[in-house]
Amino acid sequence: MSLDSAPAAQEPGIPTVHASPPGLVALFLAFARMSLAGFGGVLVFARQAIVERHRWMTADQFNETFALCHFLPGPNIVNLSMVFGSRLRGIAGGVAAFTGLLLPPTLIMTVLAIVYARFGDVEVLRRVLAGISCAAVGLLIAVVFRMMTPLLKRLDAVALILMLGVFLAIGVLRLPLQAVLLVAIPLSVGAIFLMRRKVAA
Amino acid sequence: MNAENPIWALISTFGLMSLFAVGGAAAAVPEMHRIAVEVHHWMTDKQFADAYAIAQLSPGPNVLIVTLIGYAVAGIPGALAATLAMCLPTALLAYCVSRLLNRPSRSRWPGLIQAALVPLSIGLMSASALILAQSTDRTLAALLLTATVAVIASVSRINPLWLLLVGGLLGFAGIV
Repeated sequence: MSLDSAPAAQEPGIPTVHASPPGLVALFLAFARMSLAGFGGVLVFARQAIVERHRWMTADQFNETFALCHFLPGPNIVNLSMVFGSRLRGIAGGVAAFTGLLLPPTLIMTVLAIVYARFGDVEVLRRVLAGISCAAVGLLIAVVFRMMTPLLKRLDAVALILMLGVFLAIGVLRLPLQAVLLVAIPLSVGAIFLMRRKVAA
Repeated sequence: MNAENPIWALISTFGLMSLFAVGGAAAAVPEMHRIAVEVHHWMTDKQFADAYAIAQLSPGPNVLIVTLIGYAVAGIPGALAATLAMCLPTALLAYCVSRLLNRPSRSRWPGLIQAALVPLSIGLMSASALILAQSTDRTLAALLLTATVAVIASVSRINPLWLLLVGGLLGFAGIV
């Protein structure tokens, strides 16, 4: 899977990617590094490493790859590692990037799980974790707010109603995810399809 | 394939969940909470909130909260099984789809589906925030801390890690 087959090459801009794709070890190490740097999300570090430091992809190629991984289900950055690695080095490259991204933090997390199982009831640790939890929820609210801003600015009523519906169904009524999405996805796709057709007509 | 085997329960639960996790890990938190706390009683509400905090504080993709859930259920094998079940199926799906869609923008469906998923994943993430807040923000001080962090992180570009550490310090001091 060479880079020639990757999209965005149609752009007139000269792609500034390195001629030779990286080896499997280099892929593993690069993803391990961005993963361990990525406190509170890996995407920023992934973009920096892939586009700016190693120049394995142009910014357009990165955006296109990320968009694909974003619209597919599952953890986006994990999907990205597999797709990205395989575009450079075939399935082995995908596995190398995937393993690099997940293995080191999984080991750290397992150690933390062992520590928590043993000391989780210690009073001081309980209090510290409670404080961190409050802050973590605040961070999540901020992310939601940032994502919501464009919808609020456009006064996108359909999107806001869908968003509120999913929030109520999952957050308040506690309905199962699958059931909610099996209703919400067709509704949302249908609504946007109709709206775009009306705009185009 | 014994239904009582906890490893198998983890693999089937998270494998299935990952295929419905549109919008990434934060969007899947309500479902993880529903299954781990309400359906299977693998963890208490408090343990789940702790797991979320630990996952936020640690390096790596935030989806690794499943490693902590898996460990709580079945130790180290459980941690590995839950992590792989949550990450591998969708990564392979992404690999296959990216091979199919190798040529750019042949159709407008990917863009359309993506636009359709945006409001849904924001809805899911706000539900995550509500569910986590219900278990962490039990006092006025805790609620104030959450609100303050939300405002600061919304209007500034400060590294989130600092805000988590301040939260930890306030907890250590017994304020929240």
